[in-house]
Amino acid sequence: METPENLKHIEGWGIDADPNNEPTYPIKNYTGDDHKRINWERPSLQDQDVEILRSLERPNVTAVFGNTLPPSGISGRIRRFAFNYSESSYGHWLPLLLADRINMVEGIVDDIKKGHFPNIIKERGWPAEWKYNRSGVLKKAAAGALIFGIVMLSLRRRK
Amino acid sequence: MRNAICQTLKKHLKSTSMLAMNYRGPFRVRIDHKPMPEILHPEDAIVRVTRSCICGSDLHLYHGLVPDTRVGSTFGHEFIGVIEEIGSEVTEVKVGDHVLVPFNIACGKCAFCKQGLYGNCHESNPQATAVGGIYGYSHTAGGFDGGQAEYVRVPYANFGPTVIPPDMDPDDAVLLTDVLPTGYQAAEMGGIKPGDTVVVFGAGPVGIMAAKCSWLFGAGRVIVIDHIDYRLDFVRSYAHCEAYNFREIGDVVLFLKKITDWLGADVCIDAVGGDAAGNAMQTITGRKLLLQAGSATALHWAINGVKKGGIVSIVGVYGPTDNLVPIGNVVNKGLTIRANQASVKRLLPRLIEHVQAGRLNPKAIITHRVPLEEVADAYHIFSAKRDNCIKTVLLPSAK
Repeated sequence: METPENLKHIEGWGIDADPNNEPTYPIKNYTGDDHKRINWERPSLQDQDVEILRSLERPNVTAVFGNTLPPSGISGRIRRFAFNYSESSYGHWLPLLLADRINMVEGIVDDIKKGHFPNIIKERGWPAEWKYNRSGVLKKAAAGALIFGIVMLSLRRRK
Repeated sequence: MRNAICQTLKKHLKSTSMLAMNYRGPFRVRIDHKPMPEILHPEDAIVRVTRSCICGSDLHLYHGLVPDTRVGSTFGHEFIGVIEEIGSEVTEVKVGDHVLVPFNIACGKCAFCKQGLYGNCHESNPQATAVGGIYGYSHTAGGFDGGQAEYVRVPYANFGPTVIPPDMDPDDAVLLTDVLPTGYQAAEMGGIKPGDTVVVFGAGPVGIMAAKCSWLFGAGRVIVIDHIDYRLDFVRSYAHCEAYNFREIGDVVLFLKKITDWLGADVCIDAVGGDAAGNAMQTITGRKLLLQAGSATALHWAINGVKKGGIVSIVGVYGPTDNLVPIGNVVNKGLTIRANQASVKRLLPRLIEHVQAGRLNPKAIITHRVPLEEVADAYHIFSAKRDNCIKTVLLPSAK
């Protein structure tokens, strides 16, 4: 292995380098390509026809991306805020989780606006639960009814 | 006249919309009509899905653990299908090919792809640099719609899709898109030496495959830890391994030490990820309060249960924030940790060979075949582990 010009002043540079000692092999077929940095022939670029949020940790948008759900509404605003922070920051991930929860409410509002009242029972797969775990459902329902009854009773007594 | 208009409208609707799974929030999904995918890039293809699986890692999305999972998303990164349309630069596959599509979206050209790290492509996910693009796996993995639908857009069709060999059962093919390669790579990353004792945490589909594949690398003993009895029974007979219920053995690490001459396993594989049970503190902080990127119980056990100088291989999926793990023990025990998303395309030639030779029989893990229209029930059954469910295949009806 030849010493690079700019490192020739370092005595012993690379003397013990062993290309076979590649701890990630065969997961990574070491070619040294990553030392060329971002210098590969890029694929054609997909047109950006919607807003794509980009990680601060890269200089550009990737050649392809998903475009079906651009950020929108309050959750979209929070997502935009989150992308002001790097992936190593809580400022990035925690707002995204918050946005996901707000987005869930937005989804329900959006459904109702479109005249579709979401069937939460069906969406949560409870018919399957009833089919395969009927006793469990009944136990949970009984426990719920018991707790509800106790709460109601204690509220009445207070009055 | 009225009939003719109805027919035309129906035809138009059919060509512009399709049935697809639609995520509505944690534990809520449904089937909906969504617009047909379109060619958006010259290397794109549109694939008519013939089979699509629900993956254990889809449950992390379903449970709301992965940030930037937007309402309206279609999940599904394990699918096969027929190519219906191709972009102007697609030359490697043609319309009519029945293909299996690796879950990683990889360009095949960037520095990482050139080194075989197809799960780490740098040209498929603008939203995050730590992970490449994955079909139907949140905007943190590129915001692509997934294959739990009648049709799906497949970017980089010159590189990803692989034509299914004519003699291969489609049920085997669909499991070659993720679960088998991930289990195989888990064992491969373990650097298993002949005679090694391998402990696999998790008897889900990936854990089952990891246990099975560990033998291919020469393991001398394979042990699986989980808490679902029917899955432990299955893995015991399918992968010819020992299997223990962690709710019955007390302290898991102590148990492992006792049965490995007080040294620990040579290799531990975390095939669970952030949905792990078994430790109340981890469950509450990781899964209930989301103060961690999921519960790190399996990883905790792996680090503490492996011997000094051992290897911990991680394929379980965790969110992108932080986890509580005993990193001090990694240092003190001199452990090597190896982890990655499976590089499916790299592994396919060898795995196809194994399946064709009968050494691996992935389709045996399929327990449920469900019409796409019943996706909500299918998710619940898989998530709640009802009806002895191990692996669910969704069957779209589009033709």
